[in-house]
Amino acid sequence: MKKLLMYTVLGAGALATLQGCKMKSTESVVTGNAAAKTYVAPGQYDEFYNFVSGGFNGQVSVYGLPSGRLLKIIPVFSVFPENGYGYSEETKPMLNTTAGNIPWDDQHHLTISLTNGEQDGRWLFANANNTPRVARIDLTSFKTVEILQLPNSAGNHSSPYLTENTEYVIAGTRFSVPLGEGDVPISSFKENFKSTVSFISIDKEHGNMNIAFQVVLPGMDLDLSRGGKGPSHDWFFFSTYNTEQAHTLLEVQASEKDKDFIVAMNWKKIEEYVKSGKGKKVNVEYAHNHFNEETQHAESKIENEVLVLDHSELKDMIYMIPCPKSPHGCDVDPTGQYIVGSGKLAALIPVFSFDKLTKAIAAKDFEGEYYGIPVMKYESVLHGEVKKPGLGPLHTEFDGKGFGYTSMFLSSEIVKWNIETLEVVDRVPTYYSIGHLCIPGGDTKKPWGKYVIAYNKITKDRYLPTGPELAQAAQLYDISGDKMELILDYPTVGEPHYAQGISASVIKDKSVKLYDIAKNKHKYVTMGEKEAKVVRTGNRVDVYMTAIRSHLAPDNIEGVYVGDEVYFHVTNLEQDWDIPHGFAIKNNPNAELLIMPGETVTLKFVPQKPGMYPFYCTDFCSALHQEMQGYLRVSPKGSNVPLKFGIGETAPGVAAK
Amino acid sequence: MKLTILGRVSIIVVILFLATLWAFPMWDIQLAAPQYPGGLSMQIWINDLGGDVDIINGLNHYIGMKTIHKEDFNEFVYLPIIMMSFMGLGLVVFILNRKRYYYIWAGLFVCIGLLSFYDFYSWLYDYGHDLDPKAPIQVPGMSYQPPLIGYKKMLNFEALSQPHIAGWFYIGAGVILALVCFYEWKKSKKAAR
Repeated sequence: MKKLLMYTVLGAGALATLQGCKMKSTESVVTGNAAAKTYVAPGQYDEFYNFVSGGFNGQVSVYGLPSGRLLKIIPVFSVFPENGYGYSEETKPMLNTTAGNIPWDDQHHLTISLTNGEQDGRWLFANANNTPRVARIDLTSFKTVEILQLPNSAGNHSSPYLTENTEYVIAGTRFSVPLGEGDVPISSFKENFKSTVSFISIDKEHGNMNIAFQVVLPGMDLDLSRGGKGPSHDWFFFSTYNTEQAHTLLEVQASEKDKDFIVAMNWKKIEEYVKSGKGKKVNVEYAHNHFNEETQHAESKIENEVLVLDHSELKDMIYMIPCPKSPHGCDVDPTGQYIVGSGKLAALIPVFSFDKLTKAIAAKDFEGEYYGIPVMKYESVLHGEVKKPGLGPLHTEFDGKGFGYTSMFLSSEIVKWNIETLEVVDRVPTYYSIGHLCIPGGDTKKPWGKYVIAYNKITKDRYLPTGPELAQAAQLYDISGDKMELILDYPTVGEPHYAQGISASVIKDKSVKLYDIAKNKHKYVTMGEKEAKVVRTGNRVDVYMTAIRSHLAPDNIEGVYVGDEVYFHVTNLEQDWDIPHGFAIKNNPNAELLIMPGETVTLKFVPQKPGMYPFYCTDFCSALHQEMQGYLRVSPKGSNVPLKFGIGETAPGVAAK
Repeated sequence: MKLTILGRVSIIVVILFLATLWAFPMWDIQLAAPQYPGGLSMQIWINDLGGDVDIINGLNHYIGMKTIHKEDFNEFVYLPIIMMSFMGLGLVVFILNRKRYYYIWAGLFVCIGLLSFYDFYSWLYDYGHDLDPKAPIQVPGMSYQPPLIGYKKMLNFEALSQPHIAGWFYIGAGVILALVCFYEWKKSKKAAR
């Protein structure tokens, strides 16, 4: 009886313990002084700029680290009514393409310009995935200054990645498509569909982009890419999937083969072929849009020619490295010696050796051919495999201390491993299902190695609920010690894919505060209030308007008719830091403007009905901001109200009294 | 009576001190407000204005202060001439080498100094008080005269006015002149005994 009682007590105790067991929760992951590590006191600055792709919002957002504070959204491929980007006459041409004005895109990857493999902080390159384009953002003004459309391309995904000295921005196609006329049966994929890689040369001084040449490859999906470094300087690497060349139900058909490829491309060799005239000029059409910072005006030019090199005609420039199961990330370590392929369906991470690759190429140690391109033997170029890293490896960044950090989508974690020994040394959960990750400088020769940020695909319960549509979730980890430590969890805008981080010290002191009005070369600048005027040419009305605290001049305008095309060229005469003015007019279906000090921006307005149209400054500029307003009188077409305008003493009807 | 060696040397030193007026500003007015974390400043040179004059002008229109323009100051033309002449006279005193001339020269300095400060003060008074009656911001009884020297709070702005490098040298020149006059006078009294 005593025994029975004892067993009962023990049994109940065991049950209680079982119920006491819980799944690991987020709270238990946060340790130490996380708050102190991310607290940036008022008056202090963040240590890093974090440029984060906006995904489906088509923009680039700028965060400060370690605070996770959003500092700015830079409009790139999508219109931005908030400041008039894509709506003002000056910026409309930026979004021009051969398919007309496209006001949105899907922005995935970013790269900061490099000098000797290190971030120089001059420009930021951004890709548009949907309508293939590459943009250049000036990191002194944080403005999009150039957008280049890519012909012979679809799904500009393995883009924009750089060579070590920003010689080229490389942009590869995710979708293979027929070159030229696309009107062919989809089932003719194998004969007609091609992948292309565009080499965009970058002007050393001004950063201007130009398509130097394109390399045509067999039809497959070029997923991601990276330039070599140091010893592998002359090379570029792409991950591929769908080397099965399926054109339907890729989910199954493109996962059939045990291995796809990492494409190793010797771009120096290709350059030689170009110099010796091996390329073929092909007629194409693509838009090249450039924002001239002097005239403050964008121009869109349609270019008609591109130089194309076909892989089948030129040898010794491309090699295929077998890589398990539809690799996604393709990352090169800071020494340039190791290439990490992340087979997203594989349960291991293969790491390839650049030394072994060059030796195998020299020894012609090939396994076979893929459309005439030599295929390397997996074993002979392999440095080793990271065993059991987790599930669904996607991308790898580096800390510069000999470790790789790989994001694991399926097992929702970051795994830290030793590049030499290939041993997993640490792992931390992410919330939830991490896509890209970013270590500031973690893709360059010189990583800053202090933090890693996880950009997740699923948010669920991370923040206060906001209906079915949620913000995206990011987590910041301190990686300065042996163990990764979660120190911050914060929501992000758009859908971040890849990001770039850079020490604030490289950029912050070069940031433009205002534009020198004396250097304003805008065609419609108004140099001082006395020059303010309204000029009619047919049914076009140009309003030369000035804005200064706290009035717009002229602020009374009469003699404008229904159907007139009215252009408000607003010049902000201020020459003081952070005194922008805004401009908006009633019933304008267009947008509003933000005009920075010393800048001229134009807003078009076509009044549809007679009436009184108030306009005003939309950016609270001063104590008398509410007084910064005026009227446009619109009369029926054909009426004889004369054109009059003015302000104060010169306002119509005032002087007559 | 002839000057002492010290007296003669002091002439050269005073002239060199005054020469700094062409190398550095005389006066520095600093302004601070919550919206201007870096502060604003204006430097007064013997023949020019420096610093954030345009920004200050932009702000002053709220309270109806006149805008500040270099062209409005005749002082920038005649002050350099006066100082040059004064320095030239110093050389004459040096050559003539007489105590009496030294005293006159020092007396002249005091006159120039007093007149300059009076002139400066009246400009500040004028700017601070001669306000546009139509100004958007009007605070009854409020004037905006910056201090000649020292600190003052005016609405959301704090103002600090003080000599700049050349101003200190100018003051130094005055101190040297006073001390040397006293020294020369003592010496001559001793000699008279």
